[in-house]
Order: sequence, then C-alpha cells, then structure tokens
Amino acid sequence: MMAMTRSRRGAGHTRDIFQYLEDLLPKIVLAPTAIAILISVYGFILWTAYLSFTKSRLLPKYDLAGFVQYIKLFSNDRWWVASKNLVLFGGLFIFFCVVLGLLLAIFLDQRIRIEGAIRTIYLYPMALSFIVTGAAWKWILNPGLGLERLMRQMGFADFTFDWLVNSEMSIYTVVIAGVWQSTGFVMALFLAGLRGIDDSIIRAAQVDGAGLPRIYRKIIIPSLRPVFFSAVIILSHIAIKSFDLVVVLTRGGPGYSSDLPATFMYAFAFTRSRLAFGAASAMMMFFAVMAIIVPYLYSELRRKRYE
Amino acid sequence: MNEERLPLLSRPPQEIAVRVVVYGVLILVAIYFLIPLIVMILTSVKTMADIRSGNLISWPREITFDAWKEAWGTACIGVACSGVKGYFWNSIRIVVPAVVISTMIGAVNGYVFSKWRFRGSEVIFASLLIGCFIPFQVILLPMARTLGALGLSQSITGLVIVHIVYGLAFTTLFFRNYYVTIPDDLIKAARIDGAGFFRIFWKILLPLSTPIFVVCIIWQTTQIWNDFLFGVVFSAGDSQPITVALNNLVNTSTGVKKYNVDMAAAIIAALPTLFVYFVAGKYFLRGLTAGSVKG
Amino acid sequence: MALLSVQNIWKSFGSVEVLKDISLDIDSGEFLVLVGPSGCGKSTLLNLIAGLERITAGDIVIDGRRINDVSPKDRDIAMVFQSYALYPSMNVRKNISFGLETRKVPAAEIRETVQRVAEQLQIEDLLHRKPSQLSGGQRQRVAMGRALARDPSIFLFDEPLSNLDAKLRVEMRTEIKLLHQRIDATIVYVTHDQVEAMTLADRIAVMKDGTIQQFDSPQQVYDNPVNRFVAGFMGSPSMNFVQCRVVRQGAGCALLLDTGEGNAHTIPVGGEERRLDQWIEREVTLGIRPEQISGGSMNGREGSPVHELKSRVRVVEPTGADTLVCVLINGREVICRVRPEEAKGPGDVMTLMIDMSKAVVFNPETGERIV
Repeated sequence: MMAMTRSRRGAGHTRDIFQYLEDLLPKIVLAPTAIAILISVYGFILWTAYLSFTKSRLLPKYDLAGFVQYIKLFSNDRWWVASKNLVLFGGLFIFFCVVLGLLLAIFLDQRIRIEGAIRTIYLYPMALSFIVTGAAWKWILNPGLGLERLMRQMGFADFTFDWLVNSEMSIYTVVIAGVWQSTGFVMALFLAGLRGIDDSIIRAAQVDGAGLPRIYRKIIIPSLRPVFFSAVIILSHIAIKSFDLVVVLTRGGPGYSSDLPATFMYAFAFTRSRLAFGAASAMMMFFAVMAIIVPYLYSELRRKRYE
Repeated sequence: MNEERLPLLSRPPQEIAVRVVVYGVLILVAIYFLIPLIVMILTSVKTMADIRSGNLISWPREITFDAWKEAWGTACIGVACSGVKGYFWNSIRIVVPAVVISTMIGAVNGYVFSKWRFRGSEVIFASLLIGCFIPFQVILLPMARTLGALGLSQSITGLVIVHIVYGLAFTTLFFRNYYVTIPDDLIKAARIDGAGFFRIFWKILLPLSTPIFVVCIIWQTTQIWNDFLFGVVFSAGDSQPITVALNNLVNTSTGVKKYNVDMAAAIIAALPTLFVYFVAGKYFLRGLTAGSVKG
Repeated sequence: MALLSVQNIWKSFGSVEVLKDISLDIDSGEFLVLVGPSGCGKSTLLNLIAGLERITAGDIVIDGRRINDVSPKDRDIAMVFQSYALYPSMNVRKNISFGLETRKVPAAEIRETVQRVAEQLQIEDLLHRKPSQLSGGQRQRVAMGRALARDPSIFLFDEPLSNLDAKLRVEMRTEIKLLHQRIDATIVYVTHDQVEAMTLADRIAVMKDGTIQQFDSPQQVYDNPVNRFVAGFMGSPSMNFVQCRVVRQGAGCALLLDTGEGNAHTIPVGGEERRLDQWIEREVTLGIRPEQISGGSMNGREGSPVHELKSRVRVVEPTGADTLVCVLINGREVICRVRPEEAKGPGDVMTLMIDMSKAVVFNPETGERIV
C-alpha cells in the first residue's frame, strides 16, 4: 500500500515550550483525580484484599496466612445468616420495587391531571437519609405502640405485629422500609422509559385491533427491557450495600437475625477489632458486586460498539 | 395514550371505571407514601403520655413543641446532652466544602474527558466509573488507617476529604455527559480564535453549565448530607454528622424512650434535603436518571 | 508562488488511513473547493490545514512558511463551520470580537472592525442579539463575520450551507461568491454538494477514499472526467453509464447500442486515435450525460457526431425547463433531457439524438477513462 516513501515530518520540531505545556494541560488537570482514585479505590481494594489474607486482629499484621479468614468466614453461622438475609432481602426488595414501580409508572402514564403532585409525593422518600426512613419505620412498626396498637384501636383486637423484635421476621421489616424508600425511584425510571416509547408503534397496534392490555403485554413491557435491566442492577447494588437501614431499624437484631454482610463487616472490622476477618467479609461483598456489575458493563459496552 | 378530550361523564362507562381505578390506586399509594411523614410530624408534637395512650395517627390532645426543643438543644446523644444542634452544624461543615470542591473538580474533569481527550483518557474515565460501583466496605479499613496516619482520623476535615474523593466519580460523570452534548465545533472555533484550555472553559463552557451545576450540587448535597457509613466509621463524638447522631439517639439503650423527641430529631435531620427536594425537585430527578442511564 | 501548499500529506487515525498522499497548491485569491462523498477525507484535510488535527506525514506550507507544528491561532486562518459554532452565551458583537479580544487587540480597533464587518454582511441590527435569537441565514452571516474580522490570509469553509434550506442555500451561495470577488479572498471550501462546487470554485479537487481523483477547473472536471467516479459524481442528473460491446466499423470502432426497438445501433466512437482498438469484441462502459441525448431531427446533421436512436419511453419527469425522459439502452435505464414539447408519453417510441462528441468511455473494471 505505501510503496512510496513518505516525507518525514520535517527535520527538527519547532514547537516551543509553551505549546508543549499547553498540550500537557489536560493531563495535568486530570492527574490529581487520577492519582486520588488510583490510591483510594484500587490501592485500597488491594490493601483490604491483602489484609484478608493475614491474621490481623486489632492491628494489621502483614504476614500472609493464606485463606484462613475465608475458611473461618464460611464456617461462621452469623455470616451465613447475613448472606441468606441478603438474598432474601435483596430478592424481595428488587421484586417489590420493580413490580410496584412498573405498575405505578403505567398508571401515572395515563395522562393524570395531578401527575406532578403525585410524582413529587412518590419521589420525596429518595431525598431522605436511610437513617431517617429507618427511624420513622422503627417507630411505625414499634411492637406495642406502633402498627399493632393502631390496628387494635381500630377494632382488630387480635392483631399482632412484633416483627421488629421477632428473629424470624426482623429482616422483613428492612424490606418494608427499603421498598417504601426506593419504589419512587424505580417508578421514575419506568416512567421515563414509557415516555420514550414511540407513539407510532402503539398507534399501529391499535389500528391492528389490539386492546390496551394486550398492547401493554406484548409491546410496551418488552420494550422496557433495558429499563428493567438498569433498575435491577441499581437495586442490587443498593441491596448489597445496605447498611444504614439495618443499623437504625434493627441493629442486626434480635441477636443477628437481621444481619446483612455490610453490618457484619462493620461489626467485626471495627467493633470487634478483627481486621483480617472483617477484610475478608468486605472482599466477599466486593466480589458479589463485581459479579453483577462486570457482566452488565461488558454487555453495555458491547451494545454501544455495535450501535 | 391517545385519548380524546371528552368531558369525563360523557365517555363510555368502562373508561370511566378505569379512570376511577387508576386515580384511586394512585391516591391510595400517595397516602401510603405520606403516612410515615404524617406519623412523624404527629408524633413529634404529642406528649409522651399522649403517645402511650393514643395510636400512630391519633390527633394530639394538645400540640406541644417541647419535643422539638429537646431534640434540638437538650437531648442526650452519646455522652453529650445538648441535642442535635451541634451535629446539624457538623453536617453543614462537612457538606458545604465537600460539595463545592467535588463539584468544581468534577467540572474540570468532565471538560477534559469530553473535549480534550488523549490516548488513555477513556481508560482513566472507565476506571473512574468502576469506582462508582464498589461497595465502600472494601475501602473502609485502609482509609481509616490512612486518615490516622495523616492525623485526620475522627475529624471533620477527614470526612470532607473522604466525601470529596468518593464523590469525584459522580461529579465527573455528570459534567462529562453534559459537556459531550455541547458541539465540538464550538471548541474548534474558539481554538482558531486563539483561546487556550482555560479560556475556553471559563468563557465558553461555564456560562452554559448552570443546569448541570444545579443537578450536581443537589445530588452531592443530598448524598453527603444523608450519608451514614462514612460518618459512623470516620468520625466520633464531637465530629459526627447528624445522621450518626440521629441513629445514636434512636437506638440509645439508656433512659426512657422518648419517641416524640426521636421523631422531632428525625425531621430536623431530614429538613435540609427535603427543602432542597421541594424547591428544586426536577433537577433532583434529572440527577437520579442521568446517573443511572449511563453507559 | 502558491499561497497555500499541501505537500504529500498523509493522515491516519490509529490504524485507519484517512488521507493518502494529498498534494495541492492554491494561489492567492483563488477559490478552491474540496468535494466528495462522506468519508472521503475532505473535512479532515481542512482540519489539518486549520491545525485542529496533527499531520501524520507531509508538510503544509502557507506563504512560504512551514506550519505543521504551528497552533491554529497563529496560522492566520479563519474557519466557518457547518453548525456555525457561534458562542451561545455571547451576543453577536461579542462573538465577532472574541478572537480579537483574545489577541489583546485595542478596544477602539475592535469596535471599528466589528462595525466594518457588520456593514459588509448587513448584520448591524443584530449586534446585540444572541445566537438563539437569529435565523439560520443570519447565524451563517455572523459566522462569516467572525471569520472576516480576523482578516486572515486564508478562509476555510466546512460545509457552511448544509444546514440551510434549499432556497436559503442558493442565496447564501451567491453571497459567498460575491464576498470572494469583493475582497479577493483565498478560500478553501469543503462540500458534498457538487452543484455548490461547480458554481463557486476556481478549481475543484474531487476526493474519494482519502485521495484526490481529479484537481481541475469546474468545466474541465465536468467535460473531461478522469475516471468513472468523477464522471458520475459531478453533474445532476448524473451521467448515464451503459455497458456496450465494441465492434469494428470500417477503419474505426463503434459501440453496439440496443434500445429494444429494431436492430441494435452501431455508433462510431473513438475518433482518430484508435484508442479502442484493443477493446474490440470486449465490453466497455459508455458515459453520456442526459443533455447529450435530446430530441430534434437529423436534418443537416449527417456525418456529425450526432446519431439517431429509437427507443421506448419508460418514465417521464417534467422539471419545467426541460423534461427528463427515461429509456432503456442495452438493458440499462438512461435519462435523456429533451424539450418539453418533444417529449412523448410513457410506452411510446421516441426518436432521440445522441451526441457522441462529449461521450466518454471507461474501462469497466478499473473505471479509468479510455476515450
């Protein structure tokens, strides 16, 4: 192809020093952030990983000890409870948020006159800290003075609601509070997705004689697939990181029946001064998140490449 | 949906029924979302005697703001008994610098990533993005150690630094996605006109950036004010933000439980972000969806 | 000496070669148009001249000075963009004066320049407005005003009219031409529209896939295309291409044209140079423009390069001034330009006069011109 000789880019570059610095400017500007992230994200992850392979307790010891912490982790009853709770909580949390969010979005998309007000009300929980939400629901679900008292005073004399202090049910209180907080957000995502659907497709279906429920089932909901995907990814992320809500609502209790990996990690790493053990649990959380995020990002990137 | 604008009553009965159901459900759900707030407010203005005899939504026999005064100034949290006001102030001292600095750095970063790309810049951007996703548990221990080594453990300054560092990914993402929509030709024209890196940013991009600044500031303010994890790990005692203080108050195991004070304190903690939400709600929403529909 | 000299320029983006050994010269006051389909590299070449992209190999010389490493602001050029690229937050006056302010030109001189330029382009009333308050044509004028204010050696235009509607485009085209004449500007102009290229250029460079196919005056590019691509690109409606067999006719060569009506016609071609001799009994591609096939009669035209063809009309497209008639020759659709009153209806047989004096013949595989 290039059989002929190309003339070289002139002998001797005559760019002056200012030009050179100017070209370097973008990189200089980015450098602090790049370094900060390199250290505080990647460096720290490596540090925690290293720590998880040691036997550190109160203070870090840097002699490697193999997988001993991980073995201890997997034989730890509380860790299993926490992991099981995560699956339970995560599954219910995602399920209800998505189902309710979708339903509300569909209803809200029906040209409601008070849409603005309704949307504002549905979304304000997102502006609250999980601590505030947890504090409120801790009071509402208070055994004795909360929901139970209300129902009894309304006539349901035998109503009991002691989930907060019931080891079987305590994790479900976290689900209730979490769903209350995050449904609005999922609804907003779905609403945006619904509004992004091309009207002409729906009109074509109506001309073809399809009724509204059929149109929803066959056309609209399938085209919301990317939104489902995003919503599930984000909700999983929130679920895995859930810490605040459990701390304020149940403190992981009674005992450790409503523990989650995040509270587990905090308890062992900070309260109980078992650094390496806590580090191992943190790394497990990290791997769980990566197992979800990495395939998602990969598929997103591939999609972009082919668009 | 394509519906004709007929007056409600002259539409076919099935349609009226559907509309009634839709409105009904939406309003019921709205009440469900509002109830915790209503309960919080009601509880905070009752006396403890009232609370013990009434129920969640019973109207107060007398409305009193004593619980509020106590929550603000005299409630015992941890070892101190001076209410949440000190911690409220702490949160402000944390939020303001963290938001301002992370936003400013994010803006310039976003500028570089969108208009001055170089070999490797996309890799750096991707690494930055991945940082958004990590569970923070995995950096708590090293960060605690680092802050200790710098003499900043359990200080407001330390918390501010932590929030800045981990907020950079989001702020950069916001600005980069926004600046990408500004035509590159504008930058080319400015370069031909002789403007350099900073002049272009200052004179051309910044004047166009107000919307994204608002979104970013609202998002960061909400995130940092509502944070609990960093607060509980990296601060203690006098330097704690209000979220940590609230949790301590609500979960205190000593003394008599004062639910009205708890609720008043919770509302105080929620006020700033609620205020921001109601005043600038649509920007808030834009921030939520912009951050999640990334790629 | 040429004002702008592009010497053996190569440009790659990563492993993709976008420009391959491009060389051009432009004299002072000349209007050069770079034309070609999307992706041919014309905008990239313009960006290299402007200094907005780095040259991979080769040199660009302006006024005797090698400017490969000189930044855009020091090259004494000005550029007008397809999207106008007006600064949205500044009013028209500030848009025009931004570059001057950056270069610390004294305020009085700036004011004077802005006034002069605004008068030239008739935008004095718009000076206080912001770009969002202007129409497309007004924005284009402001963009040109910004370029004029710099008083550069060379003006660069990157498809400036593509965003305008058809009528406005024609008006602005004339304005640009007038501007060129008035201030004797040296202009490099990029477009994908060959009509713009023909009407504006002193010389046209037709580009394809990163190379220059032909670099000539408009009329030359139109009448003497160097290959099939250039022939088909310039002219609207475009040139007709028909595969034909070459046969011997007497001492020379002829092409077989079969219109489906009666016997195939043998049309002599090739002239004295006998360039088609090697192609006898083989297929070539005949290129003939619609205006070279018209109506009329053979009276008094025997022996001329005009020959008669009978063909059945397939489609008729009246354009007002002429009527385009579509017929079949050698199985291919051929457009002919006839006077409206001569046109027959679809399905009718029509007698056409085909003028072979400007016909061109191409190698069917390489597209190179044979005759």
